Amino acid sequence: MERKIRIMVAKPGLDGHDRGARILARCFRDAGFEVIYTGCHQTPEQIASAAIQEDVDLVGLSCLSGAHKYLFPKVVELLKEQGAQDIAVIGGGIIPEQDFEQLYKAGVKEIFTPGKSLESIVEWIRNNIAVH
Amino acid sequence: MYFTKDLLKQSKALTKKWEDQVKRLTQKNADQKERWSTVSDLEIKRLYTPEDIEHMDFERDISVPGEFPFLRGNQPTGYRGRYWTFRMFSGMGTAKETNKRWHLLLKEGQTGLSTAFDFPTLMGYDTDSPIARGECGKCGVAIDTLEDFLQLVDGIPLDQITTSMTINPPATVLWAMYCAAAELKGVPLKKIGGTIQNDMLKEFIAQKTFMCPPEPSVKLICDTIEFGTKFVPRWNTVSISGYHIREAGSTAVQELAFTLRDGIEYVESTMKQKKLDVDDFAPRLSFFFNSHIDFFEEICKMRAARRMWARIMRDRFKAKNPRSWWMRFHTQTAGCSLTAQQPYNNVVRTAVEALAAVLGGTQSLHTNSLDEVLCLPSEHAVEIALRTQQIIAEETGAANTIDPLAGSYFIESLTNTMEEKAWEYIEKIDDMGGMVSAIEKGFPQMEIADAAYNYQRQIDKGEKVMIGINKYVGDDKAPIPLVEIDEKVEEEQTKSLQAVKRKRNGKLVVESLNSLKKACREGENVMPYCIEAVKNLATVQEICDVYREVYGEYHDPGLF
Amino acid sequence: MMENRNQSARERPEKEGLDHVELARKIRDGNIRAASRLIRDLEDNVPQAKGTLKHIYPHTGKAHVIGITGSPGAGKSTITDELVSAFREKENKVAVLAVDPSSPFSGGAILGDRIRMQRHAGDPDVFIRSLATRGALGGLSGAVGSSVHILDAMGKDKILIETVGVGQQEVDVINHAHTVIVVLVPGMGDDIQAIKAGIMEVADIFVINKSHREGTRRLQKELLSLLDLKENRSGEWTPPVILVDDVLNKETFNGNIATLCQTIDAHHQHLISTRLLEKKLEKKAIVEIHEVLKSSILGPIIKELQASGEFDNMVSKVMKRQSDPYTLVEDVRSAFIRSQKGGE
Repeated sequence: MERKIRIMVAKPGLDGHDRGARILARCFRDAGFEVIYTGCHQTPEQIASAAIQEDVDLVGLSCLSGAHKYLFPKVVELLKEQGAQDIAVIGGGIIPEQDFEQLYKAGVKEIFTPGKSLESIVEWIRNNIAVH
Repeated sequence: MYFTKDLLKQSKALTKKWEDQVKRLTQKNADQKERWSTVSDLEIKRLYTPEDIEHMDFERDISVPGEFPFLRGNQPTGYRGRYWTFRMFSGMGTAKETNKRWHLLLKEGQTGLSTAFDFPTLMGYDTDSPIARGECGKCGVAIDTLEDFLQLVDGIPLDQITTSMTINPPATVLWAMYCAAAELKGVPLKKIGGTIQNDMLKEFIAQKTFMCPPEPSVKLICDTIEFGTKFVPRWNTVSISGYHIREAGSTAVQELAFTLRDGIEYVESTMKQKKLDVDDFAPRLSFFFNSHIDFFEEICKMRAARRMWARIMRDRFKAKNPRSWWMRFHTQTAGCSLTAQQPYNNVVRTAVEALAAVLGGTQSLHTNSLDEVLCLPSEHAVEIALRTQQIIAEETGAANTIDPLAGSYFIESLTNTMEEKAWEYIEKIDDMGGMVSAIEKGFPQMEIADAAYNYQRQIDKGEKVMIGINKYVGDDKAPIPLVEIDEKVEEEQTKSLQAVKRKRNGKLVVESLNSLKKACREGENVMPYCIEAVKNLATVQEICDVYREVYGEYHDPGLF
Repeated sequence: MMENRNQSARERPEKEGLDHVELARKIRDGNIRAASRLIRDLEDNVPQAKGTLKHIYPHTGKAHVIGITGSPGAGKSTITDELVSAFREKENKVAVLAVDPSSPFSGGAILGDRIRMQRHAGDPDVFIRSLATRGALGGLSGAVGSSVHILDAMGKDKILIETVGVGQQEVDVINHAHTVIVVLVPGMGDDIQAIKAGIMEVADIFVINKSHREGTRRLQKELLSLLDLKENRSGEWTPPVILVDDVLNKETFNGNIATLCQTIDAHHQHLISTRLLEKKLEKKAIVEIHEVLKSSILGPIIKELQASGEFDNMVSKVMKRQSDPYTLVEDVRSAFIRSQKGGE
């Protein structure tokens, strides 16, 4: 038996700044994870249902448009509604620190903003994401 | 030959002597690091000498300002006649709020306007579209109908102030609104001036704000070029942009090469599709570059860009009008070089980048605000950014003389290197059958993704430094106040959109959309139909839905 | 430590009081989460997962399984995506298994086929699953076979398998698919070579994608002449060549996809009426028994030999020419048979 961590990298909302999301997808592959990349302009509904079909352990959301306060909690909520609350959700992009608390409360596990090293993100995943 | 034989001989001898000395010294004390390179990872030598540029030809490669190949600038008078345009990009919340900010900026000495639209507008959706939830007014101003637009330009003299609009897939729609607003204010189309970004190729390559597939997208751009050429002669109908390519993580050379190749694609397509002579429209093409943190690399990139475009226009397209040879460009300092950590450092970065743009000979400049990595810029932060430009223009003396770095062994050599490397890319894309097919193959996308990943790795390993991120990391001493867009904006905007929908003449809307559809199907120029539709208060999305229906939708192919 | 964590929170039948029968029932009722987790367990080689499969198996054998293969960049994902839409229009329930390669260096993978099918993400009757090859050769993932059963038991009418598309050794797909579509594009140059190299035998339907491009007619002619060379008995299926136009030419494109869809169904009917389907199912049964034999008998033996260090011993003996693989394996076999008898 060999459990492999599966991660979905998704960009909810309408902004197309996918530099960070794509770098992370590559980095996750190179760390030995399986990455499902759903690309730009995804609705929270598309992301949640894809995450369940793909049975991922983690959904990484990237948003640079400022709409994270609506989009991130919505994904968490939809996963919960469909009985998949054990799929962890993390977020990144341009997220002001003052919004962190609200997002954590809504069930977002961790926020990674620009400046975090790739290694530290991989490290966080290895330490916090059990293959459920 | 650029130098006399005597000088070269002398130089070689002295360089040899210097090399020996360096060798001795570095054996005793090694350099701080082995490899010194630009932010784009281009290796830089310890010293540049006459030998590095001995093959240059003064007339062919350098010349004087206002003369081919325009390495030293388009204007014979430099910045003495007028400075570059201080053009700060702004937009947020509702049209009313943005209009207020514009009046403030004009009062503070800004000389041109530049509009940021919110994401629903940028993607061709209305505020009340389900996919637009949570986005309204966040990253720019929300525009749904001509009513919003009229509010946006309220009190702005459209015949005196030029306005730049950062808009791509729905560029025809927003430009149509500008034209309609001018007509309603009694300003003839001949008198309005400004720019629409309207560069779709870089969207597929880098920024991913797309709607229809590449081919019809280019067709719509050709429509605007044709319409501008015939009816709105002071308008720059496309701003061929490297900015976003760079922000997506490209190198400076990639930015240069892909931008110029995009330009080539637009020129070729317009000549072919519209049967226009190159000199009819080429003078109105404009460009938009990034000014990143690597000071000399940026200056050289801009100088090389001007020289390359002149060569492309004269030699490849046989343009005869010297104005067609000019590369006119706007510059924005690099958003991706700024850090959320220790944000006040961003003022310094922006100042250095702005100075590079000025020494590179930009015609127009936006300086980022220190808080732009965190949120929309605050009024105070925008003021500092604008003052940065004013200090460079009026205090530093940087504008006293034209192209002050010309003739430097290093500058000329790096300019040449960038040009050579960019030509290699351009030839490669030519071989692929042009930019549209290169995009289909994912070539530029992959090149950029590789460069971005590479850079991130270098940051992680500490081979490249970002202060506050991987070196001199520390707590932020002074937190900055953040600007937030009230969630109520979405509610308000939705209400006013619904009010417009109630009061407009539904029959006229449908009719004008139908004739637009017919024009699209039959390959006519869409602009007149688009203007008609916006006048009848058709919304941005209603018009874009016509495009989506006729031309199809493009989705992120997600290449890795 | 790692192992412990990895085995933690997962909903095991035993743990949750859900027995295999119950889990299988959930899947047959169309529970997406249960199905996607079981697929995951099979990919991860969780031993318990086979227990559930036993209860799934009796409910399989109804779906029409369609393989889509062809070189990279041929547009397999786009064709798959369009087929999903077309089958949905006929109210078929659809599933897609999209296979992408694992990195040989890190073992990780970027599974990027799904991106082209995301418009179906909201449709409860479309199930899309990306699989990494995880070292399997032949263009598929080791879990494809059992995943097909799960989707079949879920009540999917059409199951589309999109292969990796790297290299030309993608023949595994015939073990799982009833109808195999080979997607080609003009102007790739080496296509015909590839066809000669083996895909020709696999294909039930050829698609020339992006047929507005130059080279289509030549490719079509070459294909047809190759097909002519094949001996053709009466009543036998001759693989048709279907052109699919540029996506931008919407009307013809949609028409082409409809034709493809009809042809797929016609092939299915042909398989049924000529009882070829039975033969295919028989072949699949053989392959499956082989595979399970390998994984349940050979696998554990090799594992044990490796764990005890005996395997290394064998290698060293062979290297020193003290023995040979044939003798050594005969010894292993006799030991195995003895242990089986002893166990009785």
